[in-house]
Amino acid sequence: MKRRTLLATGAGAAMAAALGLPARAQDKTKVGFIYVGPINDGGWTQHHHHSALEMVEHFGDAVELVYQESVPEGPDAERAITQMARGGADIIFTTSFGFMDPTVNVAANFPDVKFEHATGYKQADNVSVYSARFYEGRAIQGTLAGRMTKTNKIGYIASVPIPEVIRGINSAYLHAKKVNPDVEFKIIWIFEWLNPAKEADAAKALIEQGCDVVLQHTDSTAPHQAAKEAGNVYTFGQAADMAEYGPMPRISSIIDNWAPYYIERVQAVIDGTWTSVNTWDGIAPGMVGIGEISDAVPADVKAEAEALRDAIAAGEYHPFTGPINKQDGTPWLAEGEIANDGDLAGMFFFVEGVEGDIPS
Amino acid sequence: MDINPILLLAALMVASTPILLAAIGELVVERAGVLNLGVEGMMITGAVCGYIVGHGTENPYFGFVGAAFAGAALSFVFAALTQFLLTNQVATGLGLTMFGLGLASLIGQGATGSSDLIVGKLNLPIISDIPVIGRILFQHDPIVYVSLLLVAGTWWFLSKSRAGLILRAVGENHDAAHALGYNVRLMRVLAILFGGACAGLAGSYISLVRVPQWIDGITSGAGWIALAIVVFASWNPWRLIAGAYLFGGVTVLQLNLQAEGLKIPTEYLSMAPYLATILVLVVIRAGRAPGSLGKSFHPSS
Amino acid sequence: MFKLEKRPQPSKVWTFGAPILAVVLTIILGMGLFAILGKDPILATKVIFWDPLFGEFADLDRPDVIKKAAPLILIAIGLSFGFRAGIWNIGAEGQYIIGAITGAALALSFYPMEARWLIFPLTILFGALGGLVWAMIPALLRVYFKTNEILVSLMLVYVAEVLIKAMAIGALRDPDGFGMPGSRDLRRFASAANPDLITGSGIHLGVVAALLSVVAAYIALTRHQFGFDVRLAGQSPRAAAFSGVNPSRLILVCMAISGALAGLAGVFEVTGPSGKILGSFPTYYGFTAIIVAFLGRLHPVGILLAGILLALTYIGGNLAEQSLGLPAAAIKCFQGLLLFSLLGVDLLTNYRIKLRSKGKAQ
Repeated sequence: MKRRTLLATGAGAAMAAALGLPARAQDKTKVGFIYVGPINDGGWTQHHHHSALEMVEHFGDAVELVYQESVPEGPDAERAITQMARGGADIIFTTSFGFMDPTVNVAANFPDVKFEHATGYKQADNVSVYSARFYEGRAIQGTLAGRMTKTNKIGYIASVPIPEVIRGINSAYLHAKKVNPDVEFKIIWIFEWLNPAKEADAAKALIEQGCDVVLQHTDSTAPHQAAKEAGNVYTFGQAADMAEYGPMPRISSIIDNWAPYYIERVQAVIDGTWTSVNTWDGIAPGMVGIGEISDAVPADVKAEAEALRDAIAAGEYHPFTGPINKQDGTPWLAEGEIANDGDLAGMFFFVEGVEGDIPS
Repeated sequence: MDINPILLLAALMVASTPILLAAIGELVVERAGVLNLGVEGMMITGAVCGYIVGHGTENPYFGFVGAAFAGAALSFVFAALTQFLLTNQVATGLGLTMFGLGLASLIGQGATGSSDLIVGKLNLPIISDIPVIGRILFQHDPIVYVSLLLVAGTWWFLSKSRAGLILRAVGENHDAAHALGYNVRLMRVLAILFGGACAGLAGSYISLVRVPQWIDGITSGAGWIALAIVVFASWNPWRLIAGAYLFGGVTVLQLNLQAEGLKIPTEYLSMAPYLATILVLVVIRAGRAPGSLGKSFHPSS
Repeated sequence: MFKLEKRPQPSKVWTFGAPILAVVLTIILGMGLFAILGKDPILATKVIFWDPLFGEFADLDRPDVIKKAAPLILIAIGLSFGFRAGIWNIGAEGQYIIGAITGAALALSFYPMEARWLIFPLTILFGALGGLVWAMIPALLRVYFKTNEILVSLMLVYVAEVLIKAMAIGALRDPDGFGMPGSRDLRRFASAANPDLITGSGIHLGVVAALLSVVAAYIALTRHQFGFDVRLAGQSPRAAAFSGVNPSRLILVCMAISGALAGLAGVFEVTGPSGKILGSFPTYYGFTAIIVAFLGRLHPVGILLAGILLALTYIGGNLAEQSLGLPAAAIKCFQGLLLFSLLGVDLLTNYRIKLRSKGKAQ
């Protein structure tokens, strides 16, 4: 099923050799990545790329990596994926929700190529979907935030109003409330995933309004910088560990770790055992990493958070366990009831106690 | 209410500084009769160059100077094309933005990171401690005051100095200015270089003070807002401050109101400054725009 | 020292020679850029300009070039009338976005009704009308309040960009989309879809409209009173006024044409290649089309070629990214260089360069 690549034709190959590009052996597995942002965005895309490089390191010469960065969602994505598929890629990871329809469309034209779409819900015979249960990490952040705040005001920089972000807010709120009934969440939507200037402004506004813990669902380190400048404010790394801001203001983090999944899936292609799957992994298999809880956190709080992490990893505890009411007071989960994945996937409501509306 | 109006006003000054800096440069350019739509491109080039120079020398002030030079260098491309090769200013400016965004991204590929350079804050013995006013006005970094001084200087230059008079004459009617023996082209090239330097400085303020880090695309449209403010201010330096603080203020206020939990239609609030600008344009009528704005000049005609 | 002397008539030779010189110049500059980045300059140039049209996978690339070029050409043709007459609508991006919104909103209001004969024409019409209305704001303000249309139309781009982001998560959000931003996919709504006329060819109705606009513009400019008025107004507003051209009417008509065509491009895009109203929908076609209009020297045939050339740099640029690892940013720089040299050499068409002899009066 190997297609000739653009470079492998006549003069092209000679030039590639002259350039010192690796010659393309026919038995190499070609792995493609389509990124929504630049590979050095410090957040989402950078972590997919890091995980991709880790995967390459794992396989060494057995795989060849191709990628295209800053691909806009929409028709350009469809073209980029097509170019990659016909360029001989054996498996292509498309790493943004907005690539869902383009991925499914292209996959229909290339039945021999395997596709893996991150954060979507449309599967096909040659399209898998994968996503991470970041809300598990949010539960730990919420616990730490509830314990650490002195002003009882917790700031939350939210990106785009979609279920994943709303799940995160709900999970963090429920767990902060559990350890500190007086907490109040202040939420700012910036409607973008990465906009350092706006994130910095949002963090400053939250801090000026008395928040001494700032959670973020945006990708840049700008909020940490603002917190560092302000002094007594705690933050959490997002996507990356952002350890350079520890032990203060960064006291822990949620780390996107896609590498084990990428290695597993590429291995399946090499072995010829690849089948379409729907993966939604959390802390247990390591897809959601919890960054080291820093020394700025008192030992008992740290132990409490780590116990929660371990309980979630062991499957003993689910962050959305009833009783939980919706924001308007209507019951959602009864005592002891655990949310099903369908409800979680489409979650578009705040839980009781969160103030403000979801923008729409 | 958790909004602290004193802190809000202080934050507003910082948030508005980059757009004010870029706008003051563009104002001078437009008063000379040139429309440079490449502000965003020059700004982001300034942001990356300022970041790299600042970190290379471990001195943010060298970074600011380097950024101003980088912005001016890029604006020279625009000057050469529009003034000597008589290209259309609108198209050249758009091209400059495209080129600048690409160039900055290329230059900055290995430089992504956050800035640990410290830009000191003003701390005057008595003045900075005055209640309310001290916090709002006198506890900022030096560039905030540089931007205000630039506004004052520009006002003085345009309305009091002879060179400023010539610059305005060139902008109002380049043929008449040429007939009077003034060097239209030289005046315009200098204005464009000044505009580029200001845009570069504005960019480095974002990458070295306000955020502070370098990431691809960090200016995220601030250069376009600067263009809007110049119009909003109807080419008057003092009004530029009001315009910049209005645009910057809406952003900061909108974030604060959200944090307050008020249900505000964020999107409509973000439109408001642009609609206000159009309203201002209508109210002031056309007479105030420099007469030769956007037109090419060739001395032989 | 050199001196420029205005030619009484644009040079025939340089009208055709200058663009060729510019492309050669860009390729030389671009090769320098690619070489600095450590890529084979000849190979990179080949991948960008040759492969999308004649390379191994050209069958798949040509449709993409066509799809990318069509909206650029359609918008640029609309702009060219105004630009010739000295009316500067630089807000085509906004009109393009609004056209997409109004068209999509109309189509979705009928969802899921099956009546293509009614819904599709109405969708297209509403798209064109949306763009037209958006362009009428700066036009009417210019006519009645003498405001600068460059600035008003630019401001309205920002407003349109905010509006489409709000629509994508608000009024037009797909109710079955699991809470994700973006409207329903119009390509999957048979009554409003604008698919390829021949599957896989890249030729959808928007492409047909773009070609028709080129022909219509050519006829209007060369055979029609309107084209004459436009050219006269651009060369000498006073002469135009004497010969009975109503400047206000000219402004309104030129802005209406450019707005409607930009709106059309928007609605063909949202019902075709794009499919959805998304926050990332603004694809800068509106701004890029300004560049296309100038590259094509405001001439319909020139615009056609310029649109294809620019589309080529996008498609070829993406190819170079994947196959050579050329950074996306390098392609942007390259496009900037292309524009600079094309604009720069234009001088040769209208001016003669003379060596100024020292000490002697000319």
